[in-house]
Amino acid sequence: MTELTELGVKAIRDGVAAGDFSAVEVAEAFNAAVAEAAGLNAFIVTTPDHALEAAKKVDADRAAGKEPGKMAGVPIGMKDLFATKGVQTTAASHILEGFKPEYESTVSQKLWDAGAGMLGKLNLDQFAMGSSNETSYFGDVANPWRRNDGGNAKLAPGGSSGGSSAAVAARIAPAATGTDTGGSIRQPAAFTGISGIKPTYGRCSRWGIVAFASSLDQAGPMARSVEDCAIMLEAMAGFDPKDSTSLQLDVPAWAANLNADLKGKKVGIPREYRMDGTDEEILKSWDDGIAWLKDAGADVVDISLPHTKYALPAYYIVAPAEASSNLARYDGVRYGLRDLPEKAGLQDMYAATRAAGFGDEVKRRILIGTYVLSAGFYDAYYTQAMKVRTLIQRDFTEAFAKCDVILAPTTPTAAFALGDKLDDPLAMYLNDVFSVPASLAGLPAMSVPAGLNKDGLPLGLQIVGPAFDEQGVLNAGLAIEQRAGFTAKPEKWW
Amino acid sequence: MSVTREEVAKIAQLARINVDEKDLDHMVPEFNNILAWVEQLGEVDTSSVEPMTAVIEQKLRLRDDVVDADPLTGGGKRDAILANAPVAEHGFFGVPKVIE
Repeated sequence: MTELTELGVKAIRDGVAAGDFSAVEVAEAFNAAVAEAAGLNAFIVTTPDHALEAAKKVDADRAAGKEPGKMAGVPIGMKDLFATKGVQTTAASHILEGFKPEYESTVSQKLWDAGAGMLGKLNLDQFAMGSSNETSYFGDVANPWRRNDGGNAKLAPGGSSGGSSAAVAARIAPAATGTDTGGSIRQPAAFTGISGIKPTYGRCSRWGIVAFASSLDQAGPMARSVEDCAIMLEAMAGFDPKDSTSLQLDVPAWAANLNADLKGKKVGIPREYRMDGTDEEILKSWDDGIAWLKDAGADVVDISLPHTKYALPAYYIVAPAEASSNLARYDGVRYGLRDLPEKAGLQDMYAATRAAGFGDEVKRRILIGTYVLSAGFYDAYYTQAMKVRTLIQRDFTEAFAKCDVILAPTTPTAAFALGDKLDDPLAMYLNDVFSVPASLAGLPAMSVPAGLNKDGLPLGLQIVGPAFDEQGVLNAGLAIEQRAGFTAKPEKWW
Repeated sequence: MSVTREEVAKIAQLARINVDEKDLDHMVPEFNNILAWVEQLGEVDTSSVEPMTAVIEQKLRLRDDVVDADPLTGGGKRDAILANAPVAEHGFFGVPKVIE
């Protein structure tokens, strides 16, 4: 029999449905793989019983002849940003350590309803703020990939969904949830040679997701194939009255409608993304992607997104501003950590609790956000950033009058070593230069693996589509996947 | 524009985060680096542009004006709400004394 942990979402679901193996066998195989992989530090807590119970129910339902769900028998990793009832939910922060929600997030509930089980809660950058998973209170996650130079330098798995990317790439989970505020699904997917899609803002409910920047936060799947992403996204998406920005739209049959024939489609190549200093191998893989999409029948057109260089600075005003407001709730009163110094009053308790509970990057962003929203500076920073955001969205609208999807690199480099950028917040922020514009405009965007660089590390290509056109993005992703023939996987060292 | 040590300390106080002198040593230059970088936004002519208010245009919905429109987010959840409180007493959140 095939090694069960080598299988993806569709293969597991279909194999369970056909009776080739039971859901319990699958859950046991992945639970064992997770238990052996402590060296990756991908999980903050593991929940083997949850995976097993869900699998037993799938097997019992199958025996009873019930129609299986879209994710029936698939055990997944859950980013520890989703509230899970009775299971510690921390956002990788000390301030939420020990917090056990009394409720289940909409997205995770939808996945359980579709027949998935949970292997555990995945590590991430603290409050999803970071691009390397190094801001977690629960330690760095190691990328399962290593350079082929014989050195054993541990590399960053990307962030913020670094536990998710590492787990899926290491085959200790067939798929995982991610969330993307400025690239937190796409960048880690690119760093680990897997696929991940951020849908249109509002496709997946934000209810029960620990909030970072509410106008940008969006959940999505991370898996090893485009089709697996499509299946899982169908299970995660859908209208939710509990989220005021949830899209009131039916969930399309993305998986059934996958089609890699791009005849008549136009692919836009944004000239502003050819930035000075971009790695030569990244540019080469971009050229490969252009050739593959042409081969799939698409026409390639040159487009311009003139405000691209302002996207990142606008993001680093908007996201911290929203974060400073969202994170005001962590005050030592309602949940999580309380630090009450001797004889302290209420205000002292707030300030002591927040000083002890938040990590450096989270504090940095709260302070920046507080500053740009403060009286006298609001218009110069926040209002100006939101005007630039309008211009960035307008750039995309004008571009999509000329093309159906946009192709670009996902990241400016391959995975960097843990510790490399830790002392320079700005250098870390620049890693999101290609992913942030689509976030600011709320557009669906995905990363798919394109190949390996000369160090033996995966590189990703990014596809961005107009609002609501996840299908176009997935189709172009599939066309790349079929031509890239990416079958490399990290050698097990953990 | 750059901020002084005193201004960063003031912002931290507004954000209710204790910082000590050692924190300020690294926070002040980091803060100024980031501010200097985001200030390039000033180059963009936005005189005829409206600030974005919604990333995807949609009508804000109103829920029915009834108790328990959604049982999950409606009333009657006192114990669940208090379950994770660091201090809960007599059905309330417990806090240090706020009036003398």
